[in-house]
Amino acid sequence: MGRAKLPRKSTNIDMTAMCDVAFLLLSFFILATKFKPPEALSVVTPSSVSTKVAPEKDVVLVTIDKDGKVYLSVSDNNMSEKKDMIDAINTSKNLGLSDAQKNNFVRIPNAYIGASFGQLKSYLDKTPEQLQNVVKPGIPAVDSTNNEMIEWLRVAATAFQGKKMNVVVKGDDASKYPSFQGVIIALKKNDLMKFQVVTSPVPPPLGSELYNMQQQTGTKAVE
Amino acid sequence: MDTSGGGGHKKGPGVKKGKKLSTRVDLTPMVDLGFLLITFFIFTTTMSQPTAMRLFLPKDVQNPDEQNKVKNSAVITLMLGKNDVIYYYEGDSAAALKPTDFKKIRDIVIDKKRRTDAKDFVVVIKPTADATYKNTVNILDEMTIDGIKRYAMVDISPGEYQLIKATEVANGVK
Repeated sequence: MGRAKLPRKSTNIDMTAMCDVAFLLLSFFILATKFKPPEALSVVTPSSVSTKVAPEKDVVLVTIDKDGKVYLSVSDNNMSEKKDMIDAINTSKNLGLSDAQKNNFVRIPNAYIGASFGQLKSYLDKTPEQLQNVVKPGIPAVDSTNNEMIEWLRVAATAFQGKKMNVVVKGDDASKYPSFQGVIIALKKNDLMKFQVVTSPVPPPLGSELYNMQQQTGTKAVE
Repeated sequence: MDTSGGGGHKKGPGVKKGKKLSTRVDLTPMVDLGFLLITFFIFTTTMSQPTAMRLFLPKDVQNPDEQNKVKNSAVITLMLGKNDVIYYYEGDSAAALKPTDFKKIRDIVIDKKRRTDAKDFVVVIKPTADATYKNTVNILDEMTIDGIKRYAMVDISPGEYQLIKATEVANGVK
């Protein structure tokens, strides 16, 4: 007897719906990603086992570049603090900065100070495009007698009064220790005993104390 | 005469009509690409998050009576020199310093930790002017990795710096 043949079903699936989902997700992720603004200073940070994410708000960032030059910047959402800082420096050091020069520091995103008090006037005259190309002298901080970071951190601490100021130090791998030491001296002078060092994360080495401890407790957080 | 040019297809009875092509496209490769890009974006966004290492500075104490006293035998001093070399000595015998590097320092520190009383054990870190920032952060990180509770970063004394210089010259380090 002949058996009724089952109709063979096609193995082709309509991919349109799946394609829609894939690209919807893709566009979501692209839009949700916060793109890093092009950094004016390229710094290669050392690695550490720390897993704590670097703060993004109320940050006073001290950058040390590969030549050991020190720069100072304040996160962009702290406009009023930035203004207070530049005003305080202007008065205490009698720099005679014009409003336009002050605005240059306050309004420009990622603006950072990379000049001594004496050079600040001409430094802030430049547009960001011009600043990209000139050689920045950096804030004198290596010498403990002429450490201008002390003054900068003092005005920063005053401007951030009542708020939690996050002092973050971001140093380049190749910079020498004296620059870092100068920054530490400036922090100590201002009683800013807590600060954070930007690092790129690495897992703790196998078999080390920390690794064993994490295995036992099951925690991953490292301060 | 046929002036239509080209293929010279004649439409008429008996001539096969051109097969109508389906407008359906195989979307599988496109889906593949989409998911590939998604994975790429997910990975890059989480990777670029920098972390921060917290550091607490001690207050400078002028009065020697208030300073923390440490037992000489329980101290190991690590001095960071040029070219990623660490010079270390135990106790206060600075003259007996030995060179090592960042790979072997863990065993040295752990070994010392094992031999000393946990409550007295202190690691003193003295970076020289020739040490890089990376060396400094790495050695502080090493303290976290080795689970060392008490360590101090101290400025190097001129005498010790001279000693390191002399050792470097003797070892032919430029």
